[in-house]
Amino acid sequence: MSVSLPIAGQGASAGHAGAAVDFKHRAADAATNPRIAAIFDRSARMKDDARRLILPELPEPLATRELAATIKRHTLQNLDRYLDQFVTRVREHGGHVHFAADGAQANQIITEIAQAASARLIVKSKSMVSEEIELNHALEAAGFNVLETDLGEYILQLANEKPSHIVTPMAHKPKEEVGELFARKLGIEYSDDPTTLTKAARKVLRDRFFEADMGIIGANFAVADTGTVVIVTNEGNGRFCSSRPRRLVCLMGIEKLIPRMKYLPVFLKLLGKSATGQRITSYTSLISGPRRPGDFDGPEEFHLVLLDNGRTKVLASEYREALRCIRCGACLNACPIYRKIGGHAYDATYPGPIGSVISPLFTSLAQYADLPSACSLCGACLDACPVRIDLPTQLIHLRQDVIKAGHAPLSWKLGFKGWKLGMSSSFLYRMGARMGRVFMKLGARDGWKRKLPATGAIWTRYRDIPTMPKPFHSRWDELQKEIEQENAEG
Amino acid sequence: MRVSLFVTCLTDLYFPEVAESVVRVLHRLGIKTDFPSEQTCCGQPALNSGYLDEAAAIARRMIDVFADAETVVTPSGSCCSVVREYFPHLLRNDPVMHRRAEELAAKTFEFTEFLQKKLKVDWSAWDLPYKAVATFHYSCHNRGIGMSIEDILSLIRVFRGLEYRPLEKADQCCGFGGTFAVKFGEISGAMVQDKIACVKATGADTLICNDGGCTLNIIGALHREGVNIRTVHVATMLDQAMKAGNNRHLYARMQGEPASVPARACCCSHEAGAAHHGGRVA
Repeated sequence: MSVSLPIAGQGASAGHAGAAVDFKHRAADAATNPRIAAIFDRSARMKDDARRLILPELPEPLATRELAATIKRHTLQNLDRYLDQFVTRVREHGGHVHFAADGAQANQIITEIAQAASARLIVKSKSMVSEEIELNHALEAAGFNVLETDLGEYILQLANEKPSHIVTPMAHKPKEEVGELFARKLGIEYSDDPTTLTKAARKVLRDRFFEADMGIIGANFAVADTGTVVIVTNEGNGRFCSSRPRRLVCLMGIEKLIPRMKYLPVFLKLLGKSATGQRITSYTSLISGPRRPGDFDGPEEFHLVLLDNGRTKVLASEYREALRCIRCGACLNACPIYRKIGGHAYDATYPGPIGSVISPLFTSLAQYADLPSACSLCGACLDACPVRIDLPTQLIHLRQDVIKAGHAPLSWKLGFKGWKLGMSSSFLYRMGARMGRVFMKLGARDGWKRKLPATGAIWTRYRDIPTMPKPFHSRWDELQKEIEQENAEG
Repeated sequence: MRVSLFVTCLTDLYFPEVAESVVRVLHRLGIKTDFPSEQTCCGQPALNSGYLDEAAAIARRMIDVFADAETVVTPSGSCCSVVREYFPHLLRNDPVMHRRAEELAAKTFEFTEFLQKKLKVDWSAWDLPYKAVATFHYSCHNRGIGMSIEDILSLIRVFRGLEYRPLEKADQCCGFGGTFAVKFGEISGAMVQDKIACVKATGADTLICNDGGCTLNIIGALHREGVNIRTVHVATMLDQAMKAGNNRHLYARMQGEPASVPARACCCSHEAGAAHHGGRVA
């Protein structure tokens, strides 16, 4: 049996299409909001520090990351073959396999599964891909009751908010807010003690697991040679969702595959460490189809929904390596921009460095044209990435795409044409330097300017700029004389 | 060994004294420096902004300008990383230029990297007084060229009388990022304010910063806030310390001697041996 990859459908995916995205304004608001900076600086650095501390426990941290990158690279090169194998195995296990070209299709497939099951309550484990296609909205619109069971996601569902981080979705929410929310929504006494709040959530969730007649999970990895879906959680909610309800749906992006079970440990070792600085996450569940005779638990029906939603387009492009991502969130934690503006400013399912690459690629460049430029190219993300995605270079290429698609201001285009001309001749460069020096002296005081015109005004909003001294290229001859003098003295 | 200085446009125009110091320091280590006068910019502003065709054109030019250089040294990690990481990438579809880009990449070094990893200078022979309570900002592009914080601290530790204060978030970007600073002014502003808050918290009177971009950004923010902390490049510190210290016997006789002479096969009779040559050779 062969699997032909569906082509991403025309029209809007169920992502954030249609929203007026003005990233620059949201980012500026967030960056000047000390509360946001304080929250994200603390939570992101805590995870980043934990990652840095624990990664050296691996005998060869860099080699392990390179190995993971190589495995993923190989998988993507042969994705059709591995998908074929994976699907065959899942069907052999008795699972139903569905292909969805885009989010709308995936939502429809899952809605139909729920309808066929007459599901009253659906429990859901944390899944970013379900956020990507806004699955909950679709199911709720179809009249189903969906309950998020990951603590963070549960809190956000109660608060009707979106995740601000792909691993720790409620990174933006202080415990005091959760206390108020629980007091209001669950009718418990206010507390800002995390243990008390967690216990309150657990009490609610636990009974619901038994009532639910359908579970939805994502996939951290999918193993081709065994037809196994792997999910890792810290709360055990994923295991509950996947083992208790009679029907189980696993929604996954097609890029989640790894070829063989024997490679799984490489990724499990890296994922927990990179995500939260844990040696390994608390629960690792391996699910290979529905319950078999003699099994104590597990679903009677297992549905696998394989989602494209722009992925094959990326696979065929120069951005293929972005599909290596295992969604650990390490690049978000390491990113100085994410630390300043938080996750919501991106208004994308995937914020931070990886989000600035895949959000425009999965949806549309026009919608997220500003994201690739919202990065100082510091390289902290590349340094952190467990599968060595060269995010800075990908972002640079996306910037070129933005320009080519006509989303860049004409003044910049012309500016760089002029810049190229000036830099192509030392004569013009030096002449420019002389003019620059004269200009910088105008209105300067004690060797500093407090204001620059035009685009420069953005620079001087936060800093002064010194005047230009006599440039090095005009000092070279003097320096040579000085050195000869020093030689003579010596 | 002959070194060709790639001064970089920012250092040329804003921090010429840093480049002068680089030349003096290299001279005292027995290395003659030339300055290819045709040089302009490495193309980083265009590259970072996504104008890759423009950046590639400048890359081609840079490769020509430094074609005859034996070794290229630059006092900027970010420009160095552009030459090393991105020139070959930009010219990947042009076999001839790609090979030449690889050649230039292989012979280009950032200044501190050149001292610590290429020359492997034995600083113990030198008397390097530099009185300061100093902290250190790690410029991002040192990552790309494989210079860790620890690698650079190994150079900062050579100074006598320098008290080192670690900087919180030392390797967090200062917010410069070239055109980023004017495309996302508020984010960049918040980043540089974070940086100088950390610098102030150390109580240091000196900030060591080895990249023109970061320096321009950070001194501008320090000046705006009226904070009296001086920012120096380690080349300037070495230059001043070599001169202030009791070193004339080390470098005065060094003129014209190739830096690759092994210390043990020393050409002179000075009993300091390796110390005589500043231990330039590992």
